[in-house]
Amino acid sequence: MSLRSPMSRVLGLGSAKDGTAHWWAQRVSAVALIPLTLWFLFSLLTLPGLDYETVRTWLSVPITGFLAVLLVAVLTYHSYLGTMVIVEDYVTASGMKVLSLMVLRFLYVLAGGAGIFAILRVVFGFSRL
Amino acid sequence: MPARVRPTSPHAEIYRWQIGNTLSILHRVTGAALALGLIALSYWLVSLAGGADSYGSAARFFAGPIGLIVLLGWTFAFLFHLLNGIRHLFWDAGRGFERTQRQLSGWAAVLGAIALTLSVAAWVWSRLS
Repeated sequence: MSLRSPMSRVLGLGSAKDGTAHWWAQRVSAVALIPLTLWFLFSLLTLPGLDYETVRTWLSVPITGFLAVLLVAVLTYHSYLGTMVIVEDYVTASGMKVLSLMVLRFLYVLAGGAGIFAILRVVFGFSRL
Repeated sequence: MPARVRPTSPHAEIYRWQIGNTLSILHRVTGAALALGLIALSYWLVSLAGGADSYGSAARFFAGPIGLIVLLGWTFAFLFHLLNGIRHLFWDAGRGFERTQRQLSGWAAVLGAIALTLSVAAWVWSRLS
């Protein structure tokens, strides 16, 4: 026996079964970012210098490049989830909300994609071609 | 169609200002600031991949007075968001909800972030001079 009213059944606006997906993704990415961001901060602070050659040599090491790619990817994802909630909270007009969320997604794919592509260029050394 | 103006219950402005809501707001503000930091991180990586000249102009900006102030702000934003985020993760696990625990952990996040920001600044300063 269902406890839902006939009207509720006709409208069909029940649970979409992913109510906690966003919330959980935010937490999982947050936990992943704790070691990744601290590794990045410590690495930059302990490099002999932040000049072009030093930074480039550091980032060209495969494990550094790999961790940097993970950092930018997870950071982009976590940041996207967070700003998405801010937009949903403050942009109330429905057309504007859809448009803002779409623009936001484009911007994040652009920022994250550019960052990851740049790291790969450094690791694989294509910049001098 | 414009939404009908409905009576609303009094909210934000009538409650007493305290550490809980202040840090909640600060968590969102620092998160938004760090979203801009992600764009800066991508820009820095792209400039590195572009070669010594483009890296040089990015480095000149970040090492300039405006750049250093912005980097200091992002350092605080990151450290606070990190510490307060860990606080949130404990809450998500159902811990730390007692009144004194909430207030103590809140102050620990703020003061810890300030202390760590100053440590990072002092470290960078000692390396520069």
